Amino acid sequence: MSTLSREDVANLARLARIEMTPDELDHLATEMDVILTAVARVQEVATADVKPTSHPLPLRNVTRPDLVIPSLSSEAALSGAPAKEDGRFRVPQILGEES
Amino acid sequence: MSLSYEDVIAKYEPVLGLEVHVELNTNSKMFCGCATAFGAEPNTQTCPVCLGMPGALPVVNEKAIESSILIGLALHCSVTPFSRFSRKNYFYPDMPKNFQISQYDEPICVNGYVDVEIETEEGPKKFRIEIERVHMEEDTGKSLHMGGATGRIHGADYSLLDFNRAGIPLVEIVTKIVPGTGKYAPEVAKAYVAELRDILRSLGVSDVRMEQGSLRCDANVSLRLIGAETLGTRSETKNVNSLRSVERAVRGEMIRHAELLEKGQRVVQETRHFQEDSGLTRSGRSKEQAEDYRYFPEPDLVPVEPDAAWIEKLRASLPEQPTLRRKRLQAEWSVPEKEMAAMINADALDIVETTVKLGADPAKARSWWLGEISRIANERDIALPELPITAKDVAAIVALVSQGQLTDKLARQVVEGVINGEGTPEHVIQARGLKVVSDESALMVAIEKAIEAQPETAEKVRNGHIPAAGALIGAVMKETKGQADAARVRELLLSHLGQ
Repeated sequence: MSTLSREDVANLARLARIEMTPDELDHLATEMDVILTAVARVQEVATADVKPTSHPLPLRNVTRPDLVIPSLSSEAALSGAPAKEDGRFRVPQILGEES
Repeated sequence: MSLSYEDVIAKYEPVLGLEVHVELNTNSKMFCGCATAFGAEPNTQTCPVCLGMPGALPVVNEKAIESSILIGLALHCSVTPFSRFSRKNYFYPDMPKNFQISQYDEPICVNGYVDVEIETEEGPKKFRIEIERVHMEEDTGKSLHMGGATGRIHGADYSLLDFNRAGIPLVEIVTKIVPGTGKYAPEVAKAYVAELRDILRSLGVSDVRMEQGSLRCDANVSLRLIGAETLGTRSETKNVNSLRSVERAVRGEMIRHAELLEKGQRVVQETRHFQEDSGLTRSGRSKEQAEDYRYFPEPDLVPVEPDAAWIEKLRASLPEQPTLRRKRLQAEWSVPEKEMAAMINADALDIVETTVKLGADPAKARSWWLGEISRIANERDIALPELPITAKDVAAIVALVSQGQLTDKLARQVVEGVINGEGTPEHVIQARGLKVVSDESALMVAIEKAIEAQPETAEKVRNGHIPAAGALIGAVMKETKGQADAARVRELLLSHLGQ
């Protein structure tokens, strides 16, 4: 039961901003397909009366009160930034010239 | 080709969809304890959670949930018994985690409505805007675009990011599609956002300041031929930062779409940015590839299941609905419809109400706020409530005028002084020496002087030509530097001249 194509993997890689070689795509397409097939088997076992589990903990409404606690200093916040300017994170151009 | 709005609506029917993002006014962020104050130094209100550091764990702000439920209740929504957060995955520099915690298929509130009334050629008409959902999410950071000529993202060389805003609680309110507004689509869109703003303000859950971005509107517009069933392709206009812009953006997009369609071209489904200066939109993020956010339930947050007792407690705390409040105040103050609308337009309702509560006569309070003070606000191009004059100041000034201690003319100078930061009305009166000259012997001296200076005019008045008195009254007012009560001067003058 093949469900994941090479194109699917290429698209996922693009969405995740991961660069992949053609070899890696071939390899991963097969490998991820095996994983999906294995997971699909679990779905076969799950009958209509079994609720999908997104949270294994039997917890609800875990909240905190609306209280301010001290933040990082600007220096600490920026300490891992590859580039910074005027107390801000500096990032490369987002959109190119207008068409 | 350039089409007029009339051309467009003669052939096409607009369909609207409005998404409004509201920043909640909680003290701390949605998932961490960082402060939310506006205007702090960049990147001084961040922590590992809102910077998206690996391993940092979010915890939901309880007040944000309560505010979201209040919003849903005020918009006549049902609160869902089970709601979850989801991750919306995409890459953009203003979002440090590379995903936004939002809600997807299980929002906190669904299925409500807002009624708005607008003026049409056939008189006032009511439109019901149906609400699809109200969901919770978090705001992104703020970008500064550097280089390039305009400071806009287009043509910038690089961008600078401040994450103080990242993680501030946001509530997104999404309408169902709104058909049937016809040519009134721009006005309906504006009225909806205005009504929503009033409701949110009455709830006290947000500052709802469009110019500061705490209330933001994305306007989806599509056109279809009148009578057609299927919907046209829509565009989504972002960056609409004032009520007036909502109206302009919808109107502008209707015309742009129609021009494309008339040329036999297609409308591209895309995000567009509204340009405040031109009133036009320009293409934003390209959507060559369809967005694929790969939503999945947020594993670090457990579901929200508000129980009936919690919901009912919140429902019991809902304030008076703004539309009902307006009707009540209109009746209490016996204000004509048109003036009521002017007050709402000028954002003056709250401040006039407060002024009245402090003892001012409603008509006087209204005329000060909508007259002289509005004039100054317009002159300085700021919103009425932003002027540095309070309801208390105005109530005090109204009281002084009614006690005869200030003339209207002097009172205007007091208002101006208060706005210029010269202190309270009492301070301004003292500092500028603005008391009414009520000492009648002093007035009589000025009157005698005026008569002496203009004997012929005085003679005319003696002979019954009353309008001539104006020149003498003017001279007295000038002599007393405008600090006399003109009506009293007139009485004294006329009786002195045997009239």
